[in-house]
Amino acid sequence: MEKENKAKEGIKGWINPAKYGKFGIERFAWILMRITGLGLLAYFIGHIYETSHILDGKAVWDASLEMTQTTEGHIFLAIVIGMCVYHTGNGIRLMLGQMGYGLGKPGRPDYPYKPKSLNMKGKACIYATIGVAALAMWYGMAVMFG
Amino acid sequence: MSELNQEISQEKSQTVLSPTKSVKLRISRSNPEVNSEERFDEFVIPVEKYTTVLDAILNVKSHLDHSVAVRYSCRQASCGSCGMKINGKPALACFTKVVELNTDTITVEPMDNFPIVRDLAVNFTRMFNNHKKIMPYVVREDSEIKPDTGVKEILQTPEDVDKYIQFSSCIKCGLCNSACPTMAMDTSFVGPQALAQAYRYIADTRDKGKDNRLKIIDDSHGIWRCHFAGSCSQVCPKGVDPAMGIQLLRSYLLGLRD
Ligand code: SF4
Ligand code: FES
Repeated sequence: MEKENKAKEGIKGWINPAKYGKFGIERFAWILMRITGLGLLAYFIGHIYETSHILDGKAVWDASLEMTQTTEGHIFLAIVIGMCVYHTGNGIRLMLGQMGYGLGKPGRPDYPYKPKSLNMKGKACIYATIGVAALAMWYGMAVMFG
Repeated sequence: MSELNQEISQEKSQTVLSPTKSVKLRISRSNPEVNSEERFDEFVIPVEKYTTVLDAILNVKSHLDHSVAVRYSCRQASCGSCGMKINGKPALACFTKVVELNTDTITVEPMDNFPIVRDLAVNFTRMFNNHKKIMPYVVREDSEIKPDTGVKEILQTPEDVDKYIQFSSCIKCGLCNSACPTMAMDTSFVGPQALAQAYRYIADTRDKGKDNRLKIIDDSHGIWRCHFAGSCSQVCPKGVDPAMGIQLLRSYLLGLRD
């Protein structure tokens, strides 16, 4: 029996930038969903840790709040805003797809076999979600940097 | 007539077919039986308007290096044997014309997410096992046509057929499984090929195996591992659109269709 050589690509199959040119915006939306999901999970854990300082008294709580009042803190929060908006918007698109909406109807395929599920409506939603996330980040920065 | 004869004799004498254009073909060479090394052998191959990547590889086998391992059969995108990565993207070698690639260097590699047998040939055992697992046939008690018992052909309207016909075009080439980012991490994932076939039979009005099939795919390595990256549909050479089938299949599990 041959060895299981190269039986799976592993993490390379996720992060290889060459994939995104070849597999289209849907694949890019997918990796962005993963990254923002992991980012939000890390933020959630950090956020629970940070807010737990409230039990250590006012001084410690104030000091931990101060961390977000720096330039780096503002940029970090703007990234969190972007991640939240993208993950929510793209999540809604995916949920609608999983419920069978926006995929087109199955039918006899005709050459050159353009996949109906990767249609312009879906692509427009991805671009719009990225745009709205960027806009939200920009607005958040404008507020935080005054 | 004499012109034709001349052409045939020219071919026999191995004259370069098209002196106007040639490409560099880089072929991945490896043999996991021996060691884990991979190297690329380079060949300069003459090409014409309709030369396919498979033609170019067979040219290498005929004239330059017979030891290149490649699987093929029909040469017309029907058997599903010749899937490989062509310039990084999974495609059928017999269905990809060299000139369409718009490059003078073509790199061919074995498909990702499959164990390599040798060079460009990969092992399909796991994909075929997953395919069998989802019961790829119409399940019903009275499927035999027995004129004496009164059991007749089961009629379907064109609309009934439209629900599954695109999914029945699958040639089991494995390109979708190779492109899928979930397959890249989880070798136990049932894969877009098998999931699309599960939908094909469930959507068939003659079939009664829906509940059993849904039980099989409602698993931690089953349908919920798909996150709709769409790469399967992007590379499918037959218009199956597995991503659509998978999403439609989910709506059965979510109770939105019956
Ligand atoms: S769904 Fe398409 S890409 Fe996948 S095995 Fe079938 S024909 Fe090949
Ligand atoms: S040789 Fe049969 S699909 Fe390419």
